[in-house]
Amino acid sequence: MIEWQDRGIVLAVKPHGETAAVVHLLCEQQGRHAGLVAGGQGRRMAPVLQVGNLVQASWRARLPDHLGHYALELEHGYAARLMNSPESLIALQSAVVLCDSALPERQSHAAIFHGSLALIEALDSDYWGEVYIKWELLLLSELGFGLDLERCAAGGSNDHLAYVSPRSGRAVSLSAGEPYSHKLLPLPGFLAGGGEGGPSEIRQGMELTGYFLEKNVFAPRDRPLPEIRTRLAQHFSSRAA
Amino acid sequence: MSLSDIDRMIQLLARLPGLGPRSARRATLSLLQRREDLLRPLADALVRAADNIQQCEICGNLDDSDPCRLCRDGRRDPALICVVEEIGDLWALERSGVFKGRYHVLGGTLSALDGRGPEQLNLSGLWKRAEHPDVKEVVLALSATVDGQTTAHYITERLAELPVEVTRLGQGVPVGGALDYLDDGTLMAAFRARRPAGG
Repeated sequence: MIEWQDRGIVLAVKPHGETAAVVHLLCEQQGRHAGLVAGGQGRRMAPVLQVGNLVQASWRARLPDHLGHYALELEHGYAARLMNSPESLIALQSAVVLCDSALPERQSHAAIFHGSLALIEALDSDYWGEVYIKWELLLLSELGFGLDLERCAAGGSNDHLAYVSPRSGRAVSLSAGEPYSHKLLPLPGFLAGGGEGGPSEIRQGMELTGYFLEKNVFAPRDRPLPEIRTRLAQHFSSRAA
Repeated sequence: MSLSDIDRMIQLLARLPGLGPRSARRATLSLLQRREDLLRPLADALVRAADNIQQCEICGNLDDSDPCRLCRDGRRDPALICVVEEIGDLWALERSGVFKGRYHVLGGTLSALDGRGPEQLNLSGLWKRAEHPDVKEVVLALSATVDGQTTAHYITERLAELPVEVTRLGQGVPVGGALDYLDDGTLMAAFRARRPAGG
């Protein structure tokens, strides 16, 4: 019998049979990992199995490639804390759906686990929009598509970085990028180290990360960006308008 | 009756929620032993239900007439619409006898994970009903889950432009609930929804 214990964030809960559920967790050591929870559709497990909750997971299976069984205990009920805030709920769902659809199974991504935890904790703060953008950049980086926002791709300087090249994912300075501004993606000030964030910079950030998520993660699988991610982007667009 | 008919009966009964092959066999045996007083009336009731039960075009409830008897009942308050996820929730509220208005069954909740958007729910009917000048309050009786509350926020946002009050059910300590057995989320909701004692 193979067995491990880990902490995990609930990403998805799918009914299985009449009473059980297949639960996907983003675990600190084990990465995105599924398991069967007996009684997972029941009243006792309902408060535990809300997406975004942090749980203590114990997984057992006869062979490593089996689905296996989870025994879960709630460590922190983040979902309940966010239920009164419509925007935070959308952001939470966007983050878990992106993790569940983009991360490979059973590969450790401790950075994205800790980043996700930090994001979820920040979702009831005033600056969660900026944290969300940084979390998507981290996700891209963990998937191997990190953006280089430190130096200008055209001249190597890091002075007045204002754009990102959609081709290379590298930052471009204001002077070098001005003639091609219509072809480049705007780099929000708070990511270049100069801005203070706010709705319009968050909207730019959503466009930036959305572009690379679509191009590098979802388009190769012939899938669109998740609908909830699009709704979150629309929400920021209307706030910026 | 041949053996295969019995098997077929067991197979079909085993598909019902709460029944497995073993309990389906027990139910089959019981039905066959009480052929006249149970099996035939049940078979007749099933055939009648299959022929007559339909979905109410107004609220989404199931009944043998369209509009359903709840929508036709003149004693129910037309100013109140209670929005529920499933017909089972409507039945639960009716059993309690606590609500005397009209209902609206969504047929589920928005779900980011399952890709279920507003167009998959019975929402267009709700927008039309809420525009009616008689309607004063829409009560959102949706589950206290991430999906349920996302749906509640979506409906609240859409109805904000209309002159209707949008309310939702209280959340907190259940009847008979001891505090040390409650989960953190319920306790948090209960504290948020606290009100003056004696009020």
